[in-house]
Amino acid sequence: MLQFILDILSVPAILVGLISMIGLIALKKSSADIIKGTIKTILGFLILGGGAGIVVGALSSFGAMFQHGFNINGVVPHNEAIVAMALKTYGTQTALIMAFGMVMNILIARFTPLKYIFLTGHHTLYMACMIASILAVGGMQGVSLVIVGSIILGFIMALFPAIAQPTMRKITGTDDVAFGHFSTVGYVFSAWIGSLVGNKEKTTEDINFPQGLSFLRDSSLAVSLVMLVLYFIVAIASGPAYVEKELSGGQHFIVFSIIQAITFAGGVYIILAGVRLVLAEIVPAFSGIATTLVPDAKPAIDCPVVYPYAPNAVLIGFLSSFAGGVVGMIVLLMLGKSMPGLPIILPGVVPHFFCGATAGVFGNATGGLRGSIAGAFAQGLLITFLPVLLMPVLGDLGFANTTFSDADFGVVGIVLGNLLQFFK
Amino acid sequence: MKILVCCGSGLGSSFMIEMNIKKVLAELGVEATVDHSDLSSASGIKADIYVGTRDIASQLTSLGGKVVSLNSMIDKNELKEKIGAALVD
Repeated sequence: MLQFILDILSVPAILVGLISMIGLIALKKSSADIIKGTIKTILGFLILGGGAGIVVGALSSFGAMFQHGFNINGVVPHNEAIVAMALKTYGTQTALIMAFGMVMNILIARFTPLKYIFLTGHHTLYMACMIASILAVGGMQGVSLVIVGSIILGFIMALFPAIAQPTMRKITGTDDVAFGHFSTVGYVFSAWIGSLVGNKEKTTEDINFPQGLSFLRDSSLAVSLVMLVLYFIVAIASGPAYVEKELSGGQHFIVFSIIQAITFAGGVYIILAGVRLVLAEIVPAFSGIATTLVPDAKPAIDCPVVYPYAPNAVLIGFLSSFAGGVVGMIVLLMLGKSMPGLPIILPGVVPHFFCGATAGVFGNATGGLRGSIAGAFAQGLLITFLPVLLMPVLGDLGFANTTFSDADFGVVGIVLGNLLQFFK
Repeated sequence: MKILVCCGSGLGSSFMIEMNIKKVLAELGVEATVDHSDLSSASGIKADIYVGTRDIASQLTSLGGKVVSLNSMIDKNELKEKIGAALVD
């Protein structure tokens, strides 16, 4: 019997189902809602795993072509892709760290001056997953891994919104709402660069910026388009002979690239659908419990909260950050000549869009148009170089053709991973 | 009555707005289904009212429902006013 219970608890899908069940019970939902919510959460976790398989398949042919064409390791940073892969190994630890990390966040908000409740559930999940991976690679396991992981997660959930708050006050004009998106270091960096180079009176919103690119806000579409370009480049670089002989089974190499690129976007779409189901019950429960226990807490909300304040800065930030990503990639390519084994970080469209856009708004708040351009560009460089240092502490995950993209994952992961080296 | 809230990847901000709309509906005493999604999926989901922040609302106009464009994600008064108005006509 005990073995049966332990087996159930070690299946991550069931574990997240239980977490959401506890949340639903705490909110005194009806038994129908509890059953519905629990099953949907489990369903979401299993769907997420299915998406991981698709993404891995599409990325492995990308990696093979990149390796053959350029003789180096190409990496497309994408949170959903790496998290879905990591959950296969560290699912149980991730689920427990996420649950107790949220408890820690509430405790910290209740008893310390860091009055922030981090409501961006998917980033809580991704950060829990990265912390679990790094602690496990660093030699920790069992109860101590979960306890240490939860404390770290709860702490950064309250700390990073506090770092962003001074600029958030400038953007929103109020102190009631906080910012919760784990690329904070990049945004604050952008705001700092903006304050150095720009003039906040000359805001991006005074110019007439073409809104034609706003269709890229549709992330599946944006991922498909940018991956198409990247797949074409590597397919041409590795040559039709190699692709058709080794990878496509004779299918024309351009057709193969189109299908693989859009397959990657499809896999990400499935992962997102899974994540949405996993969070559908957990986030409202967390939010409901937190507001009851810590009534004076500030909710920290996902990055698009700042977009309506400066729609021009959103698009300018994306373009500028993407340009930073391209320049950063070229720098890595040049460094790679003298440092074999250096991974080449390609500009991933999702991080540059969401983080770049947000960096654009932060840069605009302190330095207007010039601040927006320069700040987002600097942020684009930052999220290109951080993964290079992060990948070595991720163990086997560091050899995937994708990795965590946003700045705070890089900063937390690099610090944590290298600290653990001391204790080893 | 179905209300669909959309954002770029359908994870964070649309979910926050959905939670706030549910509170607003409870205050108004209106029964409705509220859900959230990414922009790609939205074209395949039938809803009476589509909600988005003003930077993406233009992409919701071709979907066949009423569109509520929000100037702020966090302003509950704006949300209450605009959702209330959309429910009336």
